[in-house]
Amino acid sequence: MSKRIDVKDLNVYYGDFLAVEDVSINIEAKSVTAFIGPSGCGKSTFLRTLNRMHEVLPGARVEGEVLLDGDNLYGPGVDPVTVRSQIGMVFQRPNPFPTMSIRDNVLAGVKLNNKKISKGEADALVESSLQGANLWNEVKDRLEKPGSGLSGGQQQRLCIARAIAVEPQVILMDEPCSALDPISTLAIEDLINELKDQYTVVIVTHNMQQAARVSDKTAFFNIAGTGKPGKLIEFGNTQNIFSNPTQKATEDYVSGRFG
Amino acid sequence: MSSTLTPVRSKRSALTKGQLPKFAPYVVLAAALIVGAAILGVIGFNAFGWGIVSAILFTIGLVGWSAIAEGSRKAKDKLATCLVVGSFLIALLPLISVIWTVLVNGIPGLIAPGFLTSSMNGVTGVYDNRAVEEGAPVIGGIYHALIGTVQITLVATLISVPVGLLTAIYLVEYGNDGRLARAITFFVDVMTGIPSIVAGLFAAAFFFAVVGPGTKTGAVAAVALSVLMIPVVVRSSEEMLKIVPNELREAAYALGVRKWRTIIKVVIPTAISGIASGVTLAIARVIGETAPILVTAGFATSINNNVFGGWMASLPTFIYTQILNPTSPANPDPSSQRAWGAALVLIILVMILNLGARLIARVFAPKTGR
Repeated sequence: MSKRIDVKDLNVYYGDFLAVEDVSINIEAKSVTAFIGPSGCGKSTFLRTLNRMHEVLPGARVEGEVLLDGDNLYGPGVDPVTVRSQIGMVFQRPNPFPTMSIRDNVLAGVKLNNKKISKGEADALVESSLQGANLWNEVKDRLEKPGSGLSGGQQQRLCIARAIAVEPQVILMDEPCSALDPISTLAIEDLINELKDQYTVVIVTHNMQQAARVSDKTAFFNIAGTGKPGKLIEFGNTQNIFSNPTQKATEDYVSGRFG
Repeated sequence: MSSTLTPVRSKRSALTKGQLPKFAPYVVLAAALIVGAAILGVIGFNAFGWGIVSAILFTIGLVGWSAIAEGSRKAKDKLATCLVVGSFLIALLPLISVIWTVLVNGIPGLIAPGFLTSSMNGVTGVYDNRAVEEGAPVIGGIYHALIGTVQITLVATLISVPVGLLTAIYLVEYGNDGRLARAITFFVDVMTGIPSIVAGLFAAAFFFAVVGPGTKTGAVAAVALSVLMIPVVVRSSEEMLKIVPNELREAAYALGVRKWRTIIKVVIPTAISGIASGVTLAIARVIGETAPILVTAGFATSINNNVFGGWMASLPTFIYTQILNPTSPANPDPSSQRAWGAALVLIILVMILNLGARLIARVFAPKTGR
């Protein structure tokens, strides 16, 4: 239950502004890939193109191909809704639905799409998803309470549970720990390690130690200057990127000389 | 030498030195009231003037004392406090005065027998003359007007809420600030400023043209009121939909939820408390309209339960006709008593609506409990 993503010559635009230029990258199935780079270099923008969330913003568009196990996400007639149900996303700030209980938040992907589900199946799905997100033990006695009453770290794990409840092939995470404390961050990182047994995980992070801890492969993005497009500078095994980068810019960034 | 080490406790802490004592405002207030009464006593006493003069004296006294004892910063602070509190009291004055007047004048009408349960059907000047001259009870009530107000407002709401809410959804979710969206926003703003009598004339003319001349029914009045309501509903719903965080929409999209489902199941439920109270306030705004109802629903003295046929009364038009054309021109007092009673009922209705809006907002508000 996981698919690989291959990106070929992708340009990402906001209106006429070229935000990310000419990215080609191969993301293996059942692996964790980290995107690192300075702020504004387009890594989040690029991540959002991987499940067609980019085009939600007015004027945003892309050129190029993103292949999910060989099928082009941007091919003619492809419904972005189908794409997003296969490629889930976790956002920077935890965003549980405030009107829903913890249980309904987990079931949101099912219920919002009006799929019929029996109570037994729903209970099983809630339990397996929350256990998958390492949250079950903390919330099993208060599933009917609102999700917004949880702590920030718990909310973020609830959002991960919500994302895996729709059984996607790929999970994209946009700086999932940047709003969390170290303990919650550790919980999420452990979770990412477990998730890669079943899912393809792509994570954007500002935290280089985090990228080194959780990812198998790392992509370094950089930007030449304000108003210039972001580019993929280097992509390789995480160990190589951090200990033996081939590009000068990568070495400067991972050694803390800038950024 | 040693005396500096042993703390000498004076009555007041060194940190609170140079402050006015706590009772200072009360002393100044008492002095201001007394001096004010004395001044007013010289030039002729009245309560309103006493309040104004005392307030001015109080401000001068307190600020002056503070300037001497505490310095200019504290004095400015006191002056600002006096101005803020004074403005608040001035703003409150008409409100309290209105409620007081309506209560005093309205309660006799409200407690008159059959006031809420009978209409004005068959009530003629003869009865009113008898009530004044022989002390018989004032008969006749507002049941027909109450029915009319409730039905007309209900129909107006049924028209306005779907139209207004859908317009707001278009503007926020689909408009993308394009040419059409900007045009709609502009015309909604223009509609907000339409005088209510113009809305009434529009509805009357529209129905004259479509149904036939002389069409005056509750439904026509409801259309006139919805012309006034729709812009209010659009604006308040639009504001409420705008403050729904975009992150929630994205969260739903990322789960593979379609846009229209996201709007129905995530955006609207999140904003529903604000939308509901906005709608209630829009109702409260139009429930007291008089002119558009007079030209669209006419005026009736008997009960008419059919919104789609026949003239209909409403509370504002009832008040208007009772004051302007008393049932007994020789003895207008019973009519004005009924009018004040109807005014009291109208204020109570609006108050209930406002409380209802708060209740709805609280019930639907996103929960944050643990």
